[in-house]
Amino acid sequence: MHPIPCRVRSVVRELEDTFTLDIEPPENDWGFAPGQFTMLYAFGVGEVPISISGDPNDPSRLVQTIRAVGPVTDALTAVSPGDTIGVRGPFGSSWPTKAVEGGDLLIITGGIGLAPLRPAILEVLANRDRYDNVTLLYGARSPGELLFADELQEWRGRFDLDVLITVDHGDRVWRGPVGVVTSLISRASFDPESTAAFVCGPEIMMRFTIQELQRKGITDDRLFASMERNMKCGIGLCGHCQFGRYFVCKEGPILSCAQMSGAFWTREV
Amino acid sequence: MRRSSLRKPGPRAVGEGMVFRSVVRGPQPEGYRADALAPIRSAIGPNGLPAETSDSMPFFRRFVACDGASQDGAVTEPLVINREGIDALISALIERGYEVVGPTVRSQTILYDTITSTADLPIGIRDRQEAGTYRLEDRDDDALFGYVVGPQSWKKFLTPPGTVFWKGLRTEDGFETVEPEEPPSYAFFGARPCEVAAMKIQDDVYLPVEDGIYTERRKKSFTVAVNCTEPAATCFCASVGTGPDISEGYDIALTEVLGREHHYFLAEAGTDEGAEVLAALVAREARDEEVVTARRLVVHAADHMGRTLETDGLKELLYANLSNPYWDEIAERCLACTNCTMVCPTCFCSTVEDRQALDGSSAERVRTWDSCFTLDFSYIHGGPVRSSVSSRYRQWLTHKLASWQDQFDSLGCVGCGRCITWCPVGIDITREAAVIRERDIRRVAVETPAVKEAVE
Repeated sequence: MHPIPCRVRSVVRELEDTFTLDIEPPENDWGFAPGQFTMLYAFGVGEVPISISGDPNDPSRLVQTIRAVGPVTDALTAVSPGDTIGVRGPFGSSWPTKAVEGGDLLIITGGIGLAPLRPAILEVLANRDRYDNVTLLYGARSPGELLFADELQEWRGRFDLDVLITVDHGDRVWRGPVGVVTSLISRASFDPESTAAFVCGPEIMMRFTIQELQRKGITDDRLFASMERNMKCGIGLCGHCQFGRYFVCKEGPILSCAQMSGAFWTREV
Repeated sequence: MRRSSLRKPGPRAVGEGMVFRSVVRGPQPEGYRADALAPIRSAIGPNGLPAETSDSMPFFRRFVACDGASQDGAVTEPLVINREGIDALISALIERGYEVVGPTVRSQTILYDTITSTADLPIGIRDRQEAGTYRLEDRDDDALFGYVVGPQSWKKFLTPPGTVFWKGLRTEDGFETVEPEEPPSYAFFGARPCEVAAMKIQDDVYLPVEDGIYTERRKKSFTVAVNCTEPAATCFCASVGTGPDISEGYDIALTEVLGREHHYFLAEAGTDEGAEVLAALVAREARDEEVVTARRLVVHAADHMGRTLETDGLKELLYANLSNPYWDEIAERCLACTNCTMVCPTCFCSTVEDRQALDGSSAERVRTWDSCFTLDFSYIHGGPVRSSVSSRYRQWLTHKLASWQDQFDSLGCVGCGRCITWCPVGIDITREAAVIRERDIRRVAVETPAVKEAVE
């Protein structure tokens, strides 16, 4: 339960309040699976769970994208290269990129939810021939708040990845769709029988997205969501992250709709 | 371990076969006079079994069935000791380096604190408990354990709130973390069977992850359990299978037998260390009838539980009733005060607080108890997940009785009744679970006239 001191290599400002830290991992062969998270510690301030946003095939770099929304994330995003922060992890379950090979894949997310899905996207692109159609549906509040905008451009230029982007509010130069991310589902091409979906965003967004995908005929065991709960320990001990029978830090954060069953559709579980 | 000593008793003169263990110092203790046993014997049938047939006493059969089963490597026949023996036991534990903690009266309540002799125990005190009520009364006898459980449990010592997890020191390189000081070795004196069961439940939470605060304290601890003979009105351990008799997880188990003319304690070792401690006391092997009398008192307690929790199909029931409107009715009474979670011996939720020295040179992480009844508990960026009291009570009850079973393969409730007693508005977990069962939405939906009509 002791955080391991790790040196920050670089800090990149992604958006107004969002930063990506490149950290020297706690050990040389430190690996993680797409969708996992770490507990990051700012000395004397506190510890928070942060998803890993780096490339799972590059164990030499621990890359984490943080939005400054409270005292700890403020402190973590105020670091400079060379500073030391504490790391525990990686914790939790991962996007089942292997298990869904052979079919179509929908990756649906909004806002900072793209960060925990980036490792899965990189993993899928690295093994692109193992999947049929792969589609990324991404929603942001405004064109200026698109996370990893350069990378999105690059992905959009690929012939083997469909990237559909919508914003809540457009601006003068925005020529893409305006609306919530669920409205993009009908634009994506996929065969419901063989499709799996990875969904990450606010709970209410995930609920409506999954409802829509169910309506299209995708079965619960192929619908995966990344759940968010309060976390203090990362090892199923502090009790905060309980979601029905699950400790989200241990059995989650990635859970299938079949696993969550009624709890996912009940308020305040 | 031999759970009971039901040797085939031949006809034996009173006093014959009395074996004093170890050294017998001075005269035989008071209360061991041969004639003092007459009233006990009169309660025992000719074959050494209780006068009633064992058919009417399922609990008794349990003891017999356990006889001879090996358990924690326990070793000895039941012994009989008196109050001086209990004092000697406490002293022996102190001599072995334990900090002995046990029940003692403070602020009109029985709390757990350091004790050094039987004088510190709540002698001749009884507790009256009901939903939302706790009172201590005089018993007009010298019982050492004539009460059940108070507001505190042993988690107070195993995961003390406010314990430093680790300290961090700033270095030129960044920072380093250091372990806190070593905890003391505790002897838990007077732990009830439900409480020992609660420790075993918490073991399943903390030991697999080698929790830094719990593990060492637990491994170094010594447990003197006391079987319950007089349950409170809020007790329901018998229906969840954790008491009133202790079956495992103790070093020494005591049963207090108190009559008009006798007062003794049946002492049994559950571990080698327990046997070693007992062997050094002035004690003698218990006679069959003494063992039987002690067992009967515990059986009697099982038959006189104040409450019952129906556990059959409980998990499925609660999972299926997440949207039962009855949760809202409970929420109208529930103050979300967190009392039930604080007094619960199995509740383990905690939070950590990071502190920093003013000059920034050092920091520490401190762990405190937390409760699923606070708004802060489920807070994520944007607001708490469980903002209604209804959802928070539902979380607590379904965790205790349903999801705990999926997580740790046991109930999260040991039937101690604390949450009932210490709820300021007297919300009763056994009653609320029973009402959910009564208003099970799976059944009620079908029985609603409109639905019935449609089905027909």
